[in-house]
Amino acid sequence: MENSGFDIAQAQARCRKFRRRILDISQTVGALHIAPSFSCLELVDTAYIGLMKRTGNPDTSDTFLLSKGHGSPALYCVLEELGIIPSSYLENLCKPGWPLATHPDYGTPGIEASTGSLGHGLGLAVGMAYADKMSGHQRDIYVVMSDGELMEGSVWEAFMTAPSFGVTRIIALVDLNDFQSLGQTSRNLPNFYPMLDKLSAFGWEAMEVDGHDHRAIFEAVRARSGKKPFVLLGRTTKGKGVSYMENVPIWHYRAPNAEEYKIAVKEVEGCSG
Amino acid sequence: MRNSFANAFYELAKNDKRIYLVVADITAAAGVASFQKESPERFLNVGVAEQMMIGMCAGLALRGNIPFAYTIATFTIYRPFEQVRVDCCYQNLAVKLVGVGGGVNYSTLGGTHHAQEDVALMSAIPNMTVLAPCDPAEAALITKASVEKVPGPVYLRLGKAGEPDLTSKAPDAFEFGKIRFIKPGKDICVLSYGPITKMACEVAARIETSTGRSAAVVSVHALKPLDEPGVAGVLARFPVVVVIEEHAPYGGLGPRVKQIAWDTGARCSLRTFALKDEFIHVYGTHADLLKAHGLEAELIFNELSPVLTARK
Repeated sequence: MENSGFDIAQAQARCRKFRRRILDISQTVGALHIAPSFSCLELVDTAYIGLMKRTGNPDTSDTFLLSKGHGSPALYCVLEELGIIPSSYLENLCKPGWPLATHPDYGTPGIEASTGSLGHGLGLAVGMAYADKMSGHQRDIYVVMSDGELMEGSVWEAFMTAPSFGVTRIIALVDLNDFQSLGQTSRNLPNFYPMLDKLSAFGWEAMEVDGHDHRAIFEAVRARSGKKPFVLLGRTTKGKGVSYMENVPIWHYRAPNAEEYKIAVKEVEGCSG
Repeated sequence: MRNSFANAFYELAKNDKRIYLVVADITAAAGVASFQKESPERFLNVGVAEQMMIGMCAGLALRGNIPFAYTIATFTIYRPFEQVRVDCCYQNLAVKLVGVGGGVNYSTLGGTHHAQEDVALMSAIPNMTVLAPCDPAEAALITKASVEKVPGPVYLRLGKAGEPDLTSKAPDAFEFGKIRFIKPGKDICVLSYGPITKMACEVAARIETSTGRSAAVVSVHALKPLDEPGVAGVLARFPVVVVIEEHAPYGGLGPRVKQIAWDTGARCSLRTFALKDEFIHVYGTHADLLKAHGLEAELIFNELSPVLTARK
């Protein structure tokens, strides 16, 4: 059973808290990929907390793969919120003797695949979903991807394969922020878009929503037919919530200095998204 | 070897529902055809999409299955190298990667189809086990062992078809992971792996008829982990040790044996023969191409002559 009650106001409050948490951690760890985490935060939160079946037993729970592994802070915040990882893990991110890096590692609680190199998660999901189909496990596999990741050819091999193998229980959520690390995708690769028709043509049920709107994400996934694998394009803003980070490529990697940090905290705590 | 693999695979998969065969539009032999017929749901052709083949295998393995990926060696491991490294090895999953035609076996297809650096590349990845049988019987034993003895990822380097039996009269029984004497001898020892072990046997025979000294042949089916004590024992016991391999001169068995020789203070004469560090545009039989690389029984015997006479 999926969670029937998903409190949108609570979800928004959670994401404000997560943005603040990520900013705090950025003061101790460099190269945290803040902006890509902020752009996928509502997608990760809605999938993990709103939509996923979580029984405490991996055999009966839905599966979550963060294929855009550099968005790990978003996932770590959710795992911390749910008590799947202790707070000490995040507080000691990237420190010797502690398990969390800036990319998720298989074997850490809540991490079901090692990601970080783009274009791997969807292929893994197809194999997992096919295995579930064979074994009769009733579970969905959520895969959060970036739009830049869709430039990898392996992703299209996986898009092609899933419906061909009758795999239906994959829900791919694409963080469509229109930015890759060196610039704006629609300028660099104009023919990359439009995306929705490409995905439909590959045999997926595809929809596009505002990727910062918890309700829109939740309802779109809930309304899927289930007859095909499902891909949701979430239009997002890279660096969402901090005005000077939004759509500015350098914040793909950069951590704010003390002054910038203060401004960012003020803005995210007032953010409605 | 392909047939032998296919039959061994069929026997394994018949009794174990965790075993899948994932191919990228290339398949082999009667055993696989029977499997495909009897268990179509576990025979998956992803099409000409090797990254998908490996990603799919890793996904199946993440759910507790034991998938085999199967195609020509270059496409099994080169095209999807990062899926091999990250999906299979970094996560230490039970994916068995079968590469057909390791070395320059596809002699008429050109360099695009030659896996002459495969052992080096696969051995360099943590968690990977690298296996290369010398004949069809070993191919069957190794296929079985790759499931029963190795929990993690395996690269299984196969020949193609028509390899002769080299092991039915072997003095040593097959023991997984251990070097194996397939021909006895006491003066010279030739170490080899894969189909070129046939040439190692020819070199040994040539040495015996020409010099009257006895030459042993050892099949080193496990390149990683390598049976270091076994190799060290050979280096200590034999006055002349020879390595013959169908592989680039970097990162294969020859350099490893030299390393062990140094580490153990071996005092034997040691000669290694490998493919040249070149893409050679010669087309013909497998033997023609090996010869262009300097690998032929007579050529090797001639190069060994000074060592053989010096130690008489």
